[in-house]
Amino acid sequence: MQLLFFLCGFVAVAFVLVITGYLVLSGLPAIRQVGLFRFLLGTTWDSANQTNPQYGILPFILTSIYGTAGAILIGVPVGFMTAMFLAKAAPPRLAALVRPAVDLLAGIPSVVYGMVGMVVLLPAIRNLFHLPAGDTLLAAILVLAVMILPSIISVSETALRAVPREYEEASLALGATEMETYFRVTAPAAKSGITAAVVLGVGRAIGEAMAIMMVAGNAANLPGLLKSVKFLTTAVASEMSYAADGSLQKMALFSIGLVLFLFIMMINVLLNWVLKREKE
Amino acid sequence: MEGTTVLTAQTAPAAERRTGASALSRGRRLYDTGLRSLLWLSAGLTCALLLALIGYILWRGVPQLSWEFLSTAESVRRGTLGILPALANTLYVVVVTLAIALPLGVGAAVYLTEYAEHHRLVEGIEFASETLSGIPSILYALVGYLAFCKTLGLGYSLLAASMTLAMMNLPTIIRTTQESLKTVPQSYREGALGLGSGKWHMIRTVVLPGSIDGIVTGCILAVGRIVGESAVLLYVGGMGGSMNHFFASPDKFIHSSGATLTVQLYVFAKERAMMDPAFAVAVVLLVLTFGINLAAKAAGKRLRQK
Repeated sequence: MQLLFFLCGFVAVAFVLVITGYLVLSGLPAIRQVGLFRFLLGTTWDSANQTNPQYGILPFILTSIYGTAGAILIGVPVGFMTAMFLAKAAPPRLAALVRPAVDLLAGIPSVVYGMVGMVVLLPAIRNLFHLPAGDTLLAAILVLAVMILPSIISVSETALRAVPREYEEASLALGATEMETYFRVTAPAAKSGITAAVVLGVGRAIGEAMAIMMVAGNAANLPGLLKSVKFLTTAVASEMSYAADGSLQKMALFSIGLVLFLFIMMINVLLNWVLKREKE
Repeated sequence: MEGTTVLTAQTAPAAERRTGASALSRGRRLYDTGLRSLLWLSAGLTCALLLALIGYILWRGVPQLSWEFLSTAESVRRGTLGILPALANTLYVVVVTLAIALPLGVGAAVYLTEYAEHHRLVEGIEFASETLSGIPSILYALVGYLAFCKTLGLGYSLLAASMTLAMMNLPTIIRTTQESLKTVPQSYREGALGLGSGKWHMIRTVVLPGSIDGIVTGCILAVGRIVGESAVLLYVGGMGGSMNHFFASPDKFIHSSGATLTVQLYVFAKERAMMDPAFAVAVVLLVLTFGINLAAKAAGKRLRQK
């Protein structure tokens, strides 16, 4: 019996090994064929070109970094402030109303965000900036910012609540106002939990595919706020269904997957490190 | 005269306490009010976002809903749309995924809390489970495609998608089950063992029944993720809009492909530029999400009450 349970437990490890194995084994051939530097630092991706296909993924890497940074820049302040509101400033009854709303926001499927973005954001951006089409990095950033909001709020709220009440009482007793206490005592004390929230948000944003595929335009440009762009995730997603099996194009998609996997693993290690430090 | 001075002497501190500000410099008062209003603003923005999102989807989607839309398959001949296949496929995927992930997840959690003795091993398994939960769905889609569609030869099929989703949801089930196993008092275990029960008998009759709430919560959370997932279902499960073979003849269990609700929505909105039915599907998804959230909350409350 024990052996059976051990096998169940080992399945999680086996899954990680299988995923790593598949991504590495299927990702390497194209990188070897194209050349590591030309693959990672090439600025043109033109996989559909019959005579002279180009496989440079620098535009995707930069877009993923810019897009994630933008989403964090918008999502983290709003999320952190909302978390502070829920944990400290809100009347309990109001907090009890807002919290389920945040949970609901977390549960809405990503394609729904993508669709609303398509219908609402794209025309707005097109009209505002007089563009031929609204499918831009900006639209993707806005959608991502909304999508990472719930996880940032709930993780930072937990962190803020975990700060011992005595810290705040001491600060209040010394004559600090409530807000001074929350922002200069509570927030620094919850620093590592809030960092964890940010790192989690980065992970979410960099890994999201379907929602931003619907609003980012999917042209392999170097990133610009008002340009149609492709992320690492959408580069895989948008060509996955029509690339021929065994072609260099399909193998290159797996290589992009491998690059994305490495990014995610770095973020995971960082997250684990932050959480471990918090425990201590 | 004297009366009034006494009065002010008494009321002034009270007023001071009420505003709490008279002792503050102007800068500090500004800091306080400024940040307080920022907090309210941010929370208001978050709520407004949600309300606007839901309101807009309902406004666009509800008029498009009809019994026919929900209860038939799309018919080119009659020119009607229907999402019955998508609903059925979603149900199929949820059931098959849980059938795979639940035993594995609960087993793993039991091993971690009841059996495991090597500290290193527990850490390894927990690290693996955390890693799994951090991997984005598009990578699961890639691996699912390679491992199940190609290597196992399942092709685009809901079974392959369910197996991929089982990998994806394993960590959720492990974590919630583990948490609730830890709430079963140690004395129960000792009591059972002391009465001469074997370890497996003790787990089966005492520990698992006592932690059923956590297992249920884990399942509900997993269902929520499965219903909301799209990348895996699109690239591993396929996007056929007709009624799944599985429901016609269950022996086609292995090779049946098809679109679930999220994939159907994606196909409507992005591939076919049909926004109205897409919004109708979104309403269905919202209702499901809302129901799953309520169920998870109810199960979580029961868990905490223990």
